[in-house]
Amino acid sequence: MTTNILIAGFGGQGILFAGKVLAYKGLLEDKQLSWLPSYGPEMRGGTANCNIIISDEPVGSPIVFEPDILVVMNRPSLDKYEKEVVPGGMILVDSAMVDRKVERTDVRAVYIPATTLASQLGTPGLANMVLVGKLMKECPELAGGSIEEVLHKVISARHADLFESNLNAVKKGMEY
Amino acid sequence: MAEKFLMKGNEALAEAAIRAGCRIYFGYPITPQTELAAYMAKRMPKIGGVFVQAESEVAAINMVYGAASAGKRVMTSSSSPGVSLKQEGISYLAGSDLPAVIVNVQRGGPGLGGIQPSQSDYFQATKGGGHGDYHLIVLTPASVQEMADLTGLAFDLADRYRVPSMILADGTIGQMMEPVEIEETEPHLIEKPWAVTGTQMKRKHNVINSLYLDPEELEQTNIDRFARYETIKQNEARWEEYMMEDADYCLVAFGIASRVAKNAVVSLRAKGIKAGLIRPITVWPFPEKPLAEAADRVKAFVSVELSMGQMIEDVKLATGSRKPVVLCSRTGGVIPGPDQIIETVEKLAGGR
Amino acid sequence: MAVVFERPRSLTQAEFHYCPGCTHGIIHRLVAEAIDKLGIEGRTVGIAPVGCAVFAYNYFNCDMIEAAHGRAPAVATGVKRALPDNIVFTYQGDGDLASIGMAETVHSATRGENITIIFVNNAIYGMTGGQMAPTSLPGQVTQTSPYGRDTRTAGWPVRVCELLATLNGPEYIERVAVNNVKNVNNAKRAIEKAFRNQVEGKGFSLVEVLSSCPTNWGMTPQKALQWVDEKMIPYYPLGVFRDRSREEAANDD
Repeated sequence: MTTNILIAGFGGQGILFAGKVLAYKGLLEDKQLSWLPSYGPEMRGGTANCNIIISDEPVGSPIVFEPDILVVMNRPSLDKYEKEVVPGGMILVDSAMVDRKVERTDVRAVYIPATTLASQLGTPGLANMVLVGKLMKECPELAGGSIEEVLHKVISARHADLFESNLNAVKKGMEY
Repeated sequence: MAEKFLMKGNEALAEAAIRAGCRIYFGYPITPQTELAAYMAKRMPKIGGVFVQAESEVAAINMVYGAASAGKRVMTSSSSPGVSLKQEGISYLAGSDLPAVIVNVQRGGPGLGGIQPSQSDYFQATKGGGHGDYHLIVLTPASVQEMADLTGLAFDLADRYRVPSMILADGTIGQMMEPVEIEETEPHLIEKPWAVTGTQMKRKHNVINSLYLDPEELEQTNIDRFARYETIKQNEARWEEYMMEDADYCLVAFGIASRVAKNAVVSLRAKGIKAGLIRPITVWPFPEKPLAEAADRVKAFVSVELSMGQMIEDVKLATGSRKPVVLCSRTGGVIPGPDQIIETVEKLAGGR
Repeated sequence: MAVVFERPRSLTQAEFHYCPGCTHGIIHRLVAEAIDKLGIEGRTVGIAPVGCAVFAYNYFNCDMIEAAHGRAPAVATGVKRALPDNIVFTYQGDGDLASIGMAETVHSATRGENITIIFVNNAIYGMTGGQMAPTSLPGQVTQTSPYGRDTRTAGWPVRVCELLATLNGPEYIERVAVNNVKNVNNAKRAIEKAFRNQVEGKGFSLVEVLSSCPTNWGMTPQKALQWVDEKMIPYYPLGVFRDRSREEAANDD
C-alpha cells in the first residue's frame, strides 16, 4: 500500500509543517516514506507545495506526480493540481480559502473551512493542523496512532509551548 | 540498530561527514545546499570543529586545499554555479594528490540557471571539470540514507587513493527528508606522512605542490596518477541492478532519476514489458562491467537523466554501442515523470 | 675561526633562481632569520605564491605548500584553522596579493586570521616578463602599459597597507623597504615582529616590502634601488599602519 499526498498553498501557510506531521506519523508507524518540499524564493509568499509518500514498500520517486490525496489551501493550487489526482482519489479543500468547488466527479471532494476554524481557536495560522486532523478522520490509511506522540516528535523543545495549540487544531479538524 | 531519524539529505550528509571524522568545513551560501552549511555552522563549534564561511567559493576550496595539505579530513559544499568557481582549486587538489570531499547539490544551468534539481554537471564532475589530466571519484546518492552512507565512503576513498572525491547530488535529494540511520562507527583515519604539519626538526620538509616545469617530470606524475586511477577503476566502481535478470530493456539512471526509473520499471513490468535498471552509484569510475554484460542480453538501453544527455555518452562507450542507446530526459530543473520513461520504452518495444 | 656570517638554517642549500640584483633573496633571508631567531622552523608551514617567488618551497626548510595564484591567504586560513599551534606564513608578490588575490587578502585580514603575510611589492609582474601590476606607478612603462600607466584607463596603484588599515581585523601592518642597509635592518625587525605576533597569538600581521626588479624595470641593480627611493617610497610611504597591541598599550597609559 502506497499513499501519495500533495499539499499545496501559499508560502507561510504551514504547508511543509503539515507534511512533516504526516511524515513523522509514518516514521512512528515504521512505514517507508519520503517528504519533499518545494524550495526557493516561492517559499516567501508564493506557492509552496509538499510531496509526502507513505508506503509499505521502499519509496521510488519522492516526487508525487499523481496524488492519491491532494490538500489545497488556496485557489491556484486547486486549479493547478485538480487534474493530477488519481481517479478515486481525494481532494481536501480549505473552503475558507478556495472559492470554488472541485469540478471532477471521479474523485472524492471534502471541504472544511480550516482557516475559519483555526481563527475560532485564536490561532489562524494553524489551518494546516486543522486539515491534518480532517485528513486523519477521512482517510483510513492516515487514521490511528497517537497524534500527541507525533506532535512531540515534530515540535522542537524550543517551541514546546506550541504543542497544545497544535493539538487543539488537529482535534478541531478531527471533530469537524 | 541505530534509531531512525527524519532528516533532509543535506543534513544527513553533514552529520555523516562529522561522524566520518570531518572537523573542518569551508563553504559559501548557495541554494539548494544551504542547509548543509547551516548544519555545519551549528555543529562544528560544539564539537571543537572548524566552520568558516569563506568570502567566495574560490576561497573556500583553497581553504580546503590548506586543511587537506595539513592532513585533515575536510569538506566543502556548493551547488552548480559555485562548483564551477571551485574548479581551479579542485584541479590543484588533484594535481597535488590531496584527499578532500566536495559536495555538489546540483541545480539547473548553464549560467545562473535555476535553483531546481538537475544532473547537468555530469560532464564537469566526471570528465575533469578543471584544467589538466585528472579525475575525481564521483559518488551519486539516490536517497537520504545514501547521502549519509556515501559521504563516509567518499572520505575513505579520498584518503586511500589521495584523490579528491565528489558527492554529486541534486536539489531533490538534498532537500527531501527520509528516515535515515547513521551508524556510530569509528572513522577510518589513516596516517598521512606526506602532510605539512611542521617538520618538528625530525624529517626533511614536506612540500605540497603541483608545479613541474620539466615536461618529462610532469608527464611522469600524470602517468603515475593514472596508474592509480586504473586501480580505482578496477576496485571502486559501484552500482545497483534492479530487475535486470531477465530484462529486455535496460534503464540507466543515477540519483533522483533512478528513483523515477524504478517506478517506471515496475509499471512497465505490469504492462508485460521486461524492463530493468542499472543504477550507477559511482559515475567515475563508471560501472562499465554490468553495462557491457547487459549489452549481451538486452534489446536497448535508455539513459534517464536530468540533462540534455550527458551520461548517455558513457553508456554508449561502456556498451560499445552494440545495442541502441536512447535518451529520456528533462532538464533545467524539470524532473521526468515515470510516464515519459514508460512511453520511451514502449516506443522501443513497439518497434521490435 | 669565529663564524660571523652564515646561511640561516631555515634556508635550504638550494641556489636562488632570482635575477641579479633582485631583492627577493634578501627578503627570503630576512624571513629565514626571523624563523631561526624565534626557533619555530619545526612547526612552521609556508605558502608560496604564483609569481617570481613560486619556487620559495625549494628555498625554505620548513614544510611548504605551493598555492594557486592569489589564493595563499585562503590556503593559509585552511592550514591555520586545521593546525592552530603551527606557524603559518604566506610569501606573495603584488600581482598575487593585490590583484588576483585581493579578495583573499582582504577577507583573511578582516577575519583577523592569526597568520603572517610577507608581501613583496616590486610594482611589476616579474615572472611573466614585466607586465603592469596593481602597484605599478602612474606613468610607469611596462609591457602592458607601453605608453606609461595611464590612470584614466588603467586606474591607480593600490596602497595595500593603507587599504587594510581601514579594517578592524588586522593586528599589525607595516611597510618597509630593502633598498639600503638601514631599511634592510628595519625590514628585519618588522618581519620578525610579524612572526612573533603569530607566536603570541595576536593575529593577522602583514609586512609590505618594497622591492626592486632591475630586469623588468630595465635598470642596473643600483639604479633600481635608487628608483625605489625616488619613485616608490613617495607613493608608498614607509611606516606602521596598524599595531594594535601598541595602540592599546598607549591607550592604557
